[in-house]
Amino acid sequence: MLNKEIREILSECKERGWVMEPQAKEILRLSGVETTEFIWARDVQEAIRFANQIGYPVVAKVVSPEVVHKSDVGGVAVGVSGDEKLAEVYTEMGKIKGFSGIIVEEMVRGIELIVGMKLDQQFGPVVLLGVGGTAVEIYKDVALRMAPILERDVDSMLKSIKARPLLEGYRGSEPINIEALKKMLLAFSDMVMELGAEVDSIDLNPVICNASGCVVTDARMMLAK
Amino acid sequence: MNLNRLFKPQTMAVVGVSLSNDSHPANVIYNKNHLRYKVSAYAVNSKGGSINGENVYAKIRDIPEKIDLAVIVTKAEIVPSIIAECIEAEVGGAVIISGGFAETGLMDLQNRLVSIAKEADFPFIGPNCLGIYSPPLMDTFFIPSERIVRPERGKVAMVSQSGGMLVDHMLKCASEGVGLSLAVSIGNKALIREIDLLRYFRDDPETEVITFYLEGFDKNEGRKFVLAASECGKPVIVLKSGKTPGGTNAVKSHTASMAGNYEVFSAVMAQYGIVEATDEYELVTFAEALSCYKRPIEGRMGIITSSGGHGALATDTCFAHGLQVPAFTKEMKDGLRNVLSPAIQNIASFANPVDLTGSSTDDDFIAAARFLSRTDAVDCIMLLLLPYQPGITMDLGARLSLVHEQEGKPLIAYVPHIEKYSMLVEGFMLNNIPVAHSVEDAVHMAESIRRYKAC
Repeated sequence: MLNKEIREILSECKERGWVMEPQAKEILRLSGVETTEFIWARDVQEAIRFANQIGYPVVAKVVSPEVVHKSDVGGVAVGVSGDEKLAEVYTEMGKIKGFSGIIVEEMVRGIELIVGMKLDQQFGPVVLLGVGGTAVEIYKDVALRMAPILERDVDSMLKSIKARPLLEGYRGSEPINIEALKKMLLAFSDMVMELGAEVDSIDLNPVICNASGCVVTDARMMLAK
Repeated sequence: MNLNRLFKPQTMAVVGVSLSNDSHPANVIYNKNHLRYKVSAYAVNSKGGSINGENVYAKIRDIPEKIDLAVIVTKAEIVPSIIAECIEAEVGGAVIISGGFAETGLMDLQNRLVSIAKEADFPFIGPNCLGIYSPPLMDTFFIPSERIVRPERGKVAMVSQSGGMLVDHMLKCASEGVGLSLAVSIGNKALIREIDLLRYFRDDPETEVITFYLEGFDKNEGRKFVLAASECGKPVIVLKSGKTPGGTNAVKSHTASMAGNYEVFSAVMAQYGIVEATDEYELVTFAEALSCYKRPIEGRMGIITSSGGHGALATDTCFAHGLQVPAFTKEMKDGLRNVLSPAIQNIASFANPVDLTGSSTDDDFIAAARFLSRTDAVDCIMLLLLPYQPGITMDLGARLSLVHEQEGKPLIAYVPHIEKYSMLVEGFMLNNIPVAHSVEDAVHMAESIRRYKAC
């Protein structure tokens, strides 16, 4: 059964047809999928206060019901280094259509992956893992499995992507925390099964993985019509 | 729904036989079953009368025997009334050959058939199909019997949405020596669908491998199919058409645009150990290999040949298909040398591929196959045989089969499929060892055994 809070978020977003990042991250957090520490700031003071609390540099991203792909409209600023710069970014993003505040979150470094879900017409929910970032559709280095997935499916997904050496520590870099990634995929698969036919597709992109763990830094859910 | 009387009928009524045109599809079906099969066939036409001196019955219930299978070859609009007649006469099931239903937009007419049949728990195949090929009992294909190529009786069941593709696959089975237990063309699959046949063949003692030619599944039907296939305990092979993507929606997530219908299909088949063939040749090759071997291999190939070129080509093809050709240790090479005849000990190559050279004989092949059967370095042996080599006899196939029988390691042979060498091929086939018609085909066989995951 779906958690009451999750159900509330979904019904709130029903009309729009998709779940914006802050709400999507809330659903993930309630489902045991780790996300970045963030705030959905509706004014510049709130944004600055939170940035000081977590420490600069931070990431700022636009929240707008009109914008599905944020980086396409200049709605993502990384490495924002101080109060003044953050205020500038806030003003600039304020011009984006449908502006409803910004997300301020910690900067995480590591390898960018994508974890996703699609409600397939013939097979129902399907889970995806691959190389993330804005160029995902160029490299298409992904593995797909029908949900729910088991640990052996996670292993075979990790084995099948070409970028696997990057995860294992390529040319002197530290290997990522594979256990954390596996745990995330299994929790994500459980969440997807719980959501059932309500959600049409999900992108967690990027999921950033490093030696200490894996966190979802951006998330979007498209609801079923 | 019980499909036994439908697939293994003792009696058959062909409904729609023409009194004046003996080349009508119904007459083709009636005549071939009447004259060439075990089933007792009866002709039905509402007008009654006779053809070729045989009685034509006006109604199914007029036939003196209880009918197991009705083959319906009439105009679409009267099919519902004939189904009702079948139900009343307690027929076991029907094959509806007639077209003119959902495929021409007449969804309502098709739905009417389904609801009449469902209510009475009456199974039917089709409409718009060729139906069932179940020798030596019967077949419902409206192909004149002198034109059909009959594969031998065997352990492979074939299910196909398309009748044309099915006949084509049967031709290829016949030419590769792959035997069929049953073949079914399901056409519009209005009532009996792939998953029903999967369950039927799971329980059919005569079937060991099940193949499907698929065009598409309904909503969530694919999920049910893979779950059932992965638990059925028999290898399932699929060939899918319609791989090219259709139209796209405006705003899509990255996941949705990368997880296209075919990408998902292919990934899910592999996840559940269902072996996907990419063309009809692979389908038949995979069926042949998996009807011989059901235990999966990791794919560590040991290649034995008398031609360096064949060995090199096979090695390249193995790598391209995700199979390994592990290098042999010095110990293994020495061991192998010692079991071979002195004549080739100094000229053969004992690496993998093992090249026994053109001077080798039957005994060398047998010694090498036995040696590799007893090492863990390889889990499948590929024998590339050149029957025109002087030291090889036509008895080698049977003799090598004995090595498999005694040692238990899967053997796959390549022998050129030329009439002249058929004795050699037979020696393998009689002993259930798959024989490929090309080096690449042999590699495909090994690949299919690796990809099948028994539950």
